[in-house]
Amino acid sequence: MLRFISRRIATIVISLIGATIVVFGLAHAKDDPINVFIRAEGYAIGPEQIVALREKWGLDRPIVLQYLTWLSNIARGDLGRSVGSNRKVTDVLRERWPATMQLAIGAWIVGTFVGIPLGMLSAMRRASFLDYVLRGFALSGQSVPGFWAGIVGIWIFAVWLGWLPVPTYYGRVDASFWGQFSYFVLPVAVLAWGPVAGYLRITRSAMLEVMDSEYVKLARAKGLSYRRVITKHAFRNALIQPLTVSALLLAGFMDGAVLVENVFVWPGVGQIAVAAVNDNDFTLLTGIVFLFTVLYLAMSFVTDLLYVVIDPRIRVD
Amino acid sequence: MDTYKVAEEVPRSISMRILEWPAAGWDFIRRWPVIPAAVLVIFAIATIFTELVATDDPNKQNLRASFAAPTWNSEYYEKNERLERRYWLGADQHGRDIYSRIVHGTRVSITVAFAAASIGMTVGVWAGIASGWFGGWFDEIMTRFVDVWNGLPFLLIALVVSITIGTGLMVLIGLLVMATWVGLVRNIRADVLSLKTRDYVASAKVAGASDFRIMYRHILPGVINLLMVLASLRIGGLILAEASLSYLGIGVPSRYPSWGNMINDGREFLDTAWWVSFFPGFCIFLVVMSFNFVGDWVRDRTDPRLRQIR
Repeated sequence: MLRFISRRIATIVISLIGATIVVFGLAHAKDDPINVFIRAEGYAIGPEQIVALREKWGLDRPIVLQYLTWLSNIARGDLGRSVGSNRKVTDVLRERWPATMQLAIGAWIVGTFVGIPLGMLSAMRRASFLDYVLRGFALSGQSVPGFWAGIVGIWIFAVWLGWLPVPTYYGRVDASFWGQFSYFVLPVAVLAWGPVAGYLRITRSAMLEVMDSEYVKLARAKGLSYRRVITKHAFRNALIQPLTVSALLLAGFMDGAVLVENVFVWPGVGQIAVAAVNDNDFTLLTGIVFLFTVLYLAMSFVTDLLYVVIDPRIRVD
Repeated sequence: MDTYKVAEEVPRSISMRILEWPAAGWDFIRRWPVIPAAVLVIFAIATIFTELVATDDPNKQNLRASFAAPTWNSEYYEKNERLERRYWLGADQHGRDIYSRIVHGTRVSITVAFAAASIGMTVGVWAGIASGWFGGWFDEIMTRFVDVWNGLPFLLIALVVSITIGTGLMVLIGLLVMATWVGLVRNIRADVLSLKTRDYVASAKVAGASDFRIMYRHILPGVINLLMVLASLRIGGLILAEASLSYLGIGVPSRYPSWGNMINDGREFLDTAWWVSFFPGFCIFLVVMSFNFVGDWVRDRTDPRLRQIR
């Protein structure tokens, strides 16, 4: 077990270094990297200032040295200053982080507690009308563009029916519980639609596989009731697959959050990521990329651990 | 035995046969992806015969027709008598015909997705075959690389690229290729590992075939089935990714009509002109859903083992 964990941690470190190489390489991909930080022609910056800035940011030094300096800064938790606002990137991220997390966790809860039961239901009523409806729902969840679903949701529920607030600033207008909660409903629903579909499909196929297994047949043959077979034998074993992907799905929300936050004007990390493109704010965007990469790697680590913990049949070596 | 024969020979009345039709039709629809295939054929026609399906210039502006309502809103057209024509699905803020833009956008979106898919598949399949065939350090590096690449958040990397390299059709296709090929390597590699041990591969080796020849003549045909399945499952995701990037303004350049761009155009005018955003998004939904449907069907048909893949 210890060897397994240490190997996984080594993989994570390699992946992180790989991510830094990719981002660093992208900064140097086209031409002079100074153009990533400034648009000389746009800001009326003279040649002397460019020389001064190049010296200040260390862009005149050898490329390997630049990379190593940058890497050691990151390792010490210094992601630099945002070009747009001149604030520390870590401060900006700390400020924006909670809003994104609220969305992601909300969607994760909805996804898990709606998707898995629906998948069970779909498998237990296989080839029934309900099964077709649920499978159609799952397929649509994987086919719908999230940002479009958000826009249509706003149009129907906020503009047309007026049930939910038109998303602007959450938590500022109405302090009552429903007032706060109502801002979450649409974004979470949109963000959770895809994962619900994913869970549904995974759970359904896992459940069907388990129901077809020898031990379930044995349980049926020895006269246990259908309900008991499902709850005691089938359900628990079918849960392994959906539970292990759940951590990865949470990481997948981060990507979806970029789009959903932009549709719903949600003051999270995803929103500033897109704003950073318009501000040409390379440092801030780099910081966000690292944040998400670290999260993804941490989640996949948890997934691997979950596999081993939940399913003792998997041998660690 | 005889009794069965008698039962079979009882002639069925015409009314009975008519009653059976719906059930037979339902059976047919259940077994073959009729509806998705029909949808895809329609969009394929729009892709190939764009100029015939939509004769209007998708970029022609007409400020008098700004936010013209869809054609079934006759109230609007009665009020605006000076409009010389009706806009079938309405018009956007510049008075450009939505229907025509959607049809032309079909060409852009489908072309980008297929270009990215075919390049990505080619790269991915060769990377997977080489990784499985050569093994050793090459395999190790490739596997590590795929791991690292999978850990990167695609959308954010695309945003970074838009700052450092810029935007454009080629950059967009490049990004989509990058997102596609890594997804194949692991599956292809696993299949190659088992194909490698087959007798015919061994005999080719004994006969003196080169590495490339074995990979091309003996391994590649073995994974082509899997490749087709993966491709049909992936293409919908590519269309979605293209639309997402275009929606964020870093995909298809705004001088081309594309579905993502159109949704982005209309998002500010939801309360007054819902049709600007709604129809292009609905097309994305239809096409992606049809591709996913057909992909699922191909997968189940060819290889039930793969049911676990997404």
